[in-house]
Amino acid sequence: MMDQTPAGLLAPAPSAWHRFLDSDFVYSFRQSPTAIVAAAVLLLFVLVALLAPWIAPQNPFDPAALELINSRIPPAWLEGGQARFPLGTDGQGRDLLSVLMFGLRISLLVSFCATLFALAVGVTLGLISGSAGGRIDNLIMRLADMQLSFPTILVALLIDGLSRALLPRSVHEQLALWVVVFAIGISTWVQYARTVRGATLVEKTKDYVHAARLIGMGPLRILFKHVLPNVLGPVLVIATLSLGLGILTEATLSFLGLGVPPTSPSLGTLIRIGNEVLFSGEWWVTVMPGACLVVLVLAINLLGDWLRDVFNPKLK
Amino acid sequence: MTSQALLRVQHLRVEIPTRRGVLLALDDVSFTIAPGEILGFVGESGAGKSLTGMAILGLLDPPGRVASGEIWLGERRIDTLSQREMRLIRGKQIGAVFQDPLMSLNPLLQIGDQLIESIRTHLPLTHEQAAARALALMRSVGIPAPEARFTAYPHQFSGGMRQRIVIALALCAQPELIVADEPTTALDVSIQAQVLHLLKSQCREQGTAMLLVTHDMGVIAETADRVAVMYAGRIVEIGPVADVIKAPVHPYTRGLMGAIPSLAPVTGPLAQIDGAMPRLNARPDGCAFHPRCPAATAQCRAQSPGLETRHGRQVACWVHQASQEAA
Amino acid sequence: MTDIALQVSDLQRHFPMGQSLLRAALGRTAQSVRAVDGVGFNIQRGQTFSLVGESGCGKSTLARLVAGLDTPTGGQVRFSDAGKTSHRIQMIFQDPYASLNPRYRVGTAIAEPIRFQKLLPEAAVLPRVHELLRQVGLAAADAAKFPHEFSGGQRQRVSIARALAGNPTFLVCDEPTSALDVSVQAQILNLLRQLQAELGLTCLFISHNLAVINYVSHDVGVMYLGRLVEVAPTRVLFEAPKHPYTQMLLAALPRLDTRGREQPPIMGEIPSPLAPPSGCAFHPRCPHANARCQSELPTLQDAPDGSRIACHAVAEGRIPVSLFT
Repeated sequence: MMDQTPAGLLAPAPSAWHRFLDSDFVYSFRQSPTAIVAAAVLLLFVLVALLAPWIAPQNPFDPAALELINSRIPPAWLEGGQARFPLGTDGQGRDLLSVLMFGLRISLLVSFCATLFALAVGVTLGLISGSAGGRIDNLIMRLADMQLSFPTILVALLIDGLSRALLPRSVHEQLALWVVVFAIGISTWVQYARTVRGATLVEKTKDYVHAARLIGMGPLRILFKHVLPNVLGPVLVIATLSLGLGILTEATLSFLGLGVPPTSPSLGTLIRIGNEVLFSGEWWVTVMPGACLVVLVLAINLLGDWLRDVFNPKLK
Repeated sequence: MTSQALLRVQHLRVEIPTRRGVLLALDDVSFTIAPGEILGFVGESGAGKSLTGMAILGLLDPPGRVASGEIWLGERRIDTLSQREMRLIRGKQIGAVFQDPLMSLNPLLQIGDQLIESIRTHLPLTHEQAAARALALMRSVGIPAPEARFTAYPHQFSGGMRQRIVIALALCAQPELIVADEPTTALDVSIQAQVLHLLKSQCREQGTAMLLVTHDMGVIAETADRVAVMYAGRIVEIGPVADVIKAPVHPYTRGLMGAIPSLAPVTGPLAQIDGAMPRLNARPDGCAFHPRCPAATAQCRAQSPGLETRHGRQVACWVHQASQEAA
Repeated sequence: MTDIALQVSDLQRHFPMGQSLLRAALGRTAQSVRAVDGVGFNIQRGQTFSLVGESGCGKSTLARLVAGLDTPTGGQVRFSDAGKTSHRIQMIFQDPYASLNPRYRVGTAIAEPIRFQKLLPEAAVLPRVHELLRQVGLAAADAAKFPHEFSGGQRQRVSIARALAGNPTFLVCDEPTSALDVSVQAQILNLLRQLQAELGLTCLFISHNLAVINYVSHDVGVMYLGRLVEVAPTRVLFEAPKHPYTQMLLAALPRLDTRGREQPPIMGEIPSPLAPPSGCAFHPRCPHANARCQSELPTLQDAPDGSRIACHAVAEGRIPVSLFT
């Protein structure tokens, strides 16, 4: 009395890796030149950032390695440039390429941590909101609404400014990086919460959740074991797009002098520093980090857009 | 017999190109519908019955496409027409009733306006004339107090009422053929009977032919004159309703009739056909039914049978043909 | 000697409709939808009791109340072996595509009740899963697959296997075959009948399809707008339906042996549960309604052939029983 299954179904199930490679996801990735290029660029940037301490030609934080005689050298392809400083040097003789690598490292670190933080807070609150319903749902959603009425930058500025005012200077110096992470994270949790809440509301009504209740599973356990894995799909898209935004927000804060401390300059800090000497002709000090920022965020956004289209069932 | 056919479908083949290859959704489908006749298409999900209706209406979802074959409406071939030309035919000569009334009704427009718009698209009437006609239509499909409900919105009607309005819309230009795709599947049993009765009586009154697609044999028994049984993209049996239901010939039809529970006292398990209809990407060679057929022979496994006409009925089955020849 | 496995008495489930603050301030009581409004029946051990009705009749709500997924606002659900072992009620759901977690392998889903309730030591779990898969007509190798690799009928089999994994004594089946094709439905119905006979399960079966009800049930209850209008053994209901609504339902069924009807079937629509008619809810559509029907709610009365009917016209002897052959 068995269902007659075609031979393929009775064969052993392919491994997870093979299933992934064969999936529609990978297929549409291969079909999209934009996604491939964007992913490659992003991968390059991430690798450079990770390996910066080892592959940077010069350690820009070591005062002993700097010589003032090397300051203000233009990029290598211009007149007066030198090969060992491919992108030129700044006012202190720091090699711009090395500085960029470390700046990239800070930018990516801050943004990545902020995104992770926002994700953790947003997904948790979204899950709780969607599954609890009633007053708790209302409370969380109204909090979210209130937060949304503030522009992201403003919230980040507020938290950053508050921390500067409240914490003693030395403590603030140490924690500055994490204050920025917190500030950016707190300002972006809402979109995760809303999306996850919507998805939770849908999954909550599905019968497999009822089946889990019938065997006596508690609501919290059902939430994390059954509902959570099924609501994470759209979160990936949001996280990717959020990463780009986080980098820009951090750059803005640093540009305004409020972000990361000057001892660990990010791309935004570099742009600010370069801005001061922009009109004295040393354009490369600000333009190089600027260009780097643009390319990075563009790559992330293009990848995020592609991801969103891939996950959008209506476009199929 | 076919010289007067209203609709003639010949060797229709519908393919769906996917990245894993071309799927054959309809394979060599041929049938005719006479003027005023109700032809039922019955089969299970994936058999291709809805696709047949969509192909005739010119509403195949891309990338699905008509790969070969011909569809003739009267003297005119319609499968090669452009979208613009098909739009003129849809509504005027071929009407459609779908399963979900909200597919045909715009939730943002009043019912009366939608009826008037449909009428005026196909008939040269003034606004007042169209409104009068719309009211008459609503009355004829059994909507109580049509004057009051003329300005109502679709969501203010029940499911059965909405379906009646859709039928009114489909019939407003007096088309020659209606394609009804599972028109009562989403309705409750008591409403279903009313709507089916309405559909049938309207068609009889106006002499409209109907292609009725459904998975429910009971609906076919009540409404259709002839029935075509579909399996895996092919017609396996086609003939007068009473004949096919009382004395099914094709092994699939026989299995299907045996699997339908009845209201009679239960004498034993329902006849079941083991297995399931093959998916489009896993069609067996030869006769698509042979893996599940109790009488399959070597020929069935090798070659796909065509429809053979005998005693007013067409059956696509090697075993049946062999037994007929022996008789 | 009757052994009653489930006793439902005067069960009620009312859903309060949210009301605006203004209405609350004006002191108006909130409207409520009376999805289940005073339903009572018993189910004998090892038998199947079916509830049939159209949309809005409350049968799905009732199924959830019996299974324990929802709490009644009134009345009682009493299992005769409640307290002996917990969670021996399992349920089969209507939508095969929503009843399995898409991220879990099928074997994991089936094993979950066993593991969570610690019914077997870990080493015995996988063999039991394989045994269950075989019992429902699938292969042991299917345990490693994901739900999307199965057809609708196969998923229902997996759901049945999962329900059986918890060693239930009581099974609630909520339209288990409504989403399936006819030939697959036959397989699942045969399987359910066979399993009930083998395992001695008591079943509450919900459906809108009278022919399916006829095939699986020992007793049938017909619901209309939250109340039971007729309860009878299966053969009695189908051969001698007494309540006008039951008669109408049976008459409206498309039959394989009728070649079109001459007279149009009874008109009228199911009233909205938000605004149920006064008295007997069926009176606007009933050819036998009188003044008493409009004002007074009928209660279930016993009839000599074992059926119970809630109808004034029947109690007063005003309707002939239509006989179905």
